[in-house]
Amino acid sequence: MWRTLRDLLRFNRQFAAGIVLLGIVAAFSCLSFFSPYPPNDSFVVPPDVPPSWAYPMGTTSRGQDLFWLLSFAIRNTLLFGMVVAILSRALALVIGLVAGYSGGLVDRALMSINDTFIVIPLFPILVLFYFVMRDHMSWGLLALMMACLGWAYDARLIRSVALSLRTREFTQTGIFSGMSTRQILVEEHLPYVLPILFSTTMNNINWSIGLEVTLSVLGFTDINTPTIGVLIYWANQHTALVAGIWWWLFFPVLLVVMTFIGLFLLAVSMNEHIDPRSRLGRS
Amino acid sequence: MGEPVLVVSDLRAYYRTSAFGIEREVRAVDDVSLTIEANEIYGLAGESSSGKTTLIKTIAAAIQPPLEVLGGSVVFNFRDRRVDMHGVDRQHLDAIRWKNLSYIMQGSMNVLNPVRRIRHAFVDFAFRHIGKPMPLFLAVVREHLERLHLAPEVLDAFPHQLSGGMRQRVTIALATVCRPDFIIADEPTTALDVVVQKSVLAMIHEIQRELGSSIIFVTHDMAVHANLTDRLGIMYAGRLVEEGRTADIFRAPRHPYTAHLIASLPRLGDSAPKKGLDGAPPNLAEPPSGCRFHPRCPRATERCAREAAPMASLAPGHRVACFYPEPERSA
Amino acid sequence: MPGYLVYLLTRLGQFALVVFIGINIAFIVTHATPIDPVEQSIAAATQFGSTSPEAIALMRQSLKELYGLEGDLAHQYAAFWSRILVGNFGPSLSAFPTPVSVLIGRALPWTVSLLVVSTVLTWVMGNLLGGLAGYFHRSRALRLAGILAMAFHPIPYYIVAFLLLIVFGHVWPILPISGGSSMNMTQEWSWAFVGSVVSHAILPVASLALVGLGGWFMGMRALVSNVVTEDYVTYAELGGVARRRILAAYVMRNALMPQVTGLAMSLGAIFNGAIITEQVFGYPGIGTLLVSAVHAGDYSLVLGITTVSIVAVSIAVLLIDLLYPLLDPRVRAR
Repeated sequence: MWRTLRDLLRFNRQFAAGIVLLGIVAAFSCLSFFSPYPPNDSFVVPPDVPPSWAYPMGTTSRGQDLFWLLSFAIRNTLLFGMVVAILSRALALVIGLVAGYSGGLVDRALMSINDTFIVIPLFPILVLFYFVMRDHMSWGLLALMMACLGWAYDARLIRSVALSLRTREFTQTGIFSGMSTRQILVEEHLPYVLPILFSTTMNNINWSIGLEVTLSVLGFTDINTPTIGVLIYWANQHTALVAGIWWWLFFPVLLVVMTFIGLFLLAVSMNEHIDPRSRLGRS
Repeated sequence: MGEPVLVVSDLRAYYRTSAFGIEREVRAVDDVSLTIEANEIYGLAGESSSGKTTLIKTIAAAIQPPLEVLGGSVVFNFRDRRVDMHGVDRQHLDAIRWKNLSYIMQGSMNVLNPVRRIRHAFVDFAFRHIGKPMPLFLAVVREHLERLHLAPEVLDAFPHQLSGGMRQRVTIALATVCRPDFIIADEPTTALDVVVQKSVLAMIHEIQRELGSSIIFVTHDMAVHANLTDRLGIMYAGRLVEEGRTADIFRAPRHPYTAHLIASLPRLGDSAPKKGLDGAPPNLAEPPSGCRFHPRCPRATERCAREAAPMASLAPGHRVACFYPEPERSA
Repeated sequence: MPGYLVYLLTRLGQFALVVFIGINIAFIVTHATPIDPVEQSIAAATQFGSTSPEAIALMRQSLKELYGLEGDLAHQYAAFWSRILVGNFGPSLSAFPTPVSVLIGRALPWTVSLLVVSTVLTWVMGNLLGGLAGYFHRSRALRLAGILAMAFHPIPYYIVAFLLLIVFGHVWPILPISGGSSMNMTQEWSWAFVGSVVSHAILPVASLALVGLGGWFMGMRALVSNVVTEDYVTYAELGGVARRRILAAYVMRNALMPQVTGLAMSLGAIFNGAIITEQVFGYPGIGTLLVSAVHAGDYSLVLGITTVSIVAVSIAVLLIDLLYPLLDPRVRAR
């Protein structure tokens, strides 16, 4: 495991770049714990100050120090992505393994439902969700909702791996030696599925953060909990772009783009590591 | 006999890879020389990863990285031209492909494009060589199929609509429609069941006699060699270790490895248990010193571990690479 | 052809399932709310300006039906479905008394054409470039194209649209950044109007394409680098078949089939992207309508758009599925 990581870091430039980008973002988000003032309080600093030594990323029109606010916002955004990813991984894992291992009718039924969730346009449903919840909408509720909707694509991937594992000899040996289905899935198959699970986690975090940013920017989330999207929302509310307060938009966008590209690079390089066939093409 | 159709001399082809900073060199074909005459079927035998497939890839100039040719040459003397396979550009190679040199590949299931009808395969491969307008070309193809006892209707089928045996027959028809001088057959019967195998072999034999082409026929199945080939070359760990007339080799193998191969064949009325060979085939990334068979050879001495025996003629047309060949047995 | 028939029935079944589950999610979501949606909607819809008491009574009645708040849960469920099946979402609250179906009907052509143009463009370009990049994997230009495509791919539609808006609207203002056509033009078949529509579509299409291209590019490149190792490609190369023919009829043709399935699978996500992009550029389609409906508290319109989106995407997926056998003979005849 550690050797693999070290080799990836040393020989895979995509992986190394992804780690560096995410490392910067993660370190920045940790700074939020040292914020000199509660990061979401407004009018603690003079408003609309451009980036300077005192305020490295400037201040907002609401009198917030963007540096500390942003560190808090990116922390919330990352946390959101991880919560959605962990919850939806659990769903994807159970459904994918059961479908792949059972095969036959169970597999077909589960995959039909699965394909349905892939095809349904989620955005209008999330908007509808916000619409009926309104002020009751919270960060955790949105994460739960997105986890319930966002497992399908990865369940399909996991299922295809499980399907191929089912025909392997060690599965037969397990069955003949009297292991239960649960034991076979957990003890024999899970280790093969874990690497894929890991790379889908990166993609899933990207997906959920992307949707969260989009919903927040439109004001369709809890706009009092700062996330990257909420920051952009407030900047737009104060017409920051027209008023020339470019830093209010520039730094959040920069940070979130770094996060996206970092996660994406990790996912791609891990996929390559798992399936070396895709490496041949670019030797 | 005239000039040989194929002359392979001192051929060396290695796989060179570099992954995670580690360089590897796999000596898949090491110093192989052989000649193939007109109108003969030359068998190439050996266990898997003995270099058979790499050898014919190199003969066909179908090499791609990480495979590299490091030395030696492959020269064909076709009816109308002479071609050094590794000394000409791709245009020249494309000009002889299918006209002079064709292939029957392993895995008949997958050699035909699954989304196109069989007719298109014939057009893609052979049309440019036949030199006739399309209706006449298709008439030639139909005639050829009929000669091989295939219904011309297969032209309108998709590959998935044909059985495995049928697909391999279609491939043989495809490979012979241009009447090539030389055919490379790479394990063409391996994936087929025994009954179909027999009829496919008969078909290859029949068309070869009719066209007078030469065939290099690769398989690990010694029974197929006994029934089909005129001469036989045995490969072990990237090297040719014995070569001679098929009948001679089966009657009196001289290399210890060949002797083992032949002794392990089942015979009618023989109830003695077969002895396996000790040890595993060598790792071609780090081949044993000297003769590559010596760690598993019952006759090996210190000398075998030091130097490799060159191919030497023991009898006319019978070459062996061994310092201590098996004594000649009389039948 | 029984093989095709089986395929057809499976796809139709899948279509029905998508619509069924989608509508059910909508039902569950609308009934999971802890607040009284009717009163809240009416409060939101009437907070600006004065609405006559009769109109409010009518709204309340229609909303109660639409939310399916009359009777027990089973009854509510049946009422919900019957509304949806006939496509009657009642009058819009924000544009009272215009029916929701009229508003959606007005916006839908804009969204459909934006989606069709950008998706076809993106899919064709991505597959072509990705296929070439997989086949000529040593080409430097194609590698560069790959890196560029990959750089935009992970960024969400909103951010890319927003960046384009900043660049072409503020930094270097050469393209219209808002609306579907110039305000002062009448909608007619004239060069000026068509030109205005096209120029207004450039930025929305470009942002959809920039994000979408990378996925098709990378997918096709990976598929092609697998297909080139297939026996039938090796065999065609050994047969001296013309390179162009190999690339087109052997490599691309076979690699394209999973990409068609992939297109059907990702239509939902592309639709999400279109909604957001429209909103950024004020494009007069479903997305802009949805966002303004939410801000205006127009429940009928939000529910109507959600339902129509689910059905429309399912129909598009079904169409692609039905066209797929044209490409793959193994489904056509078995």
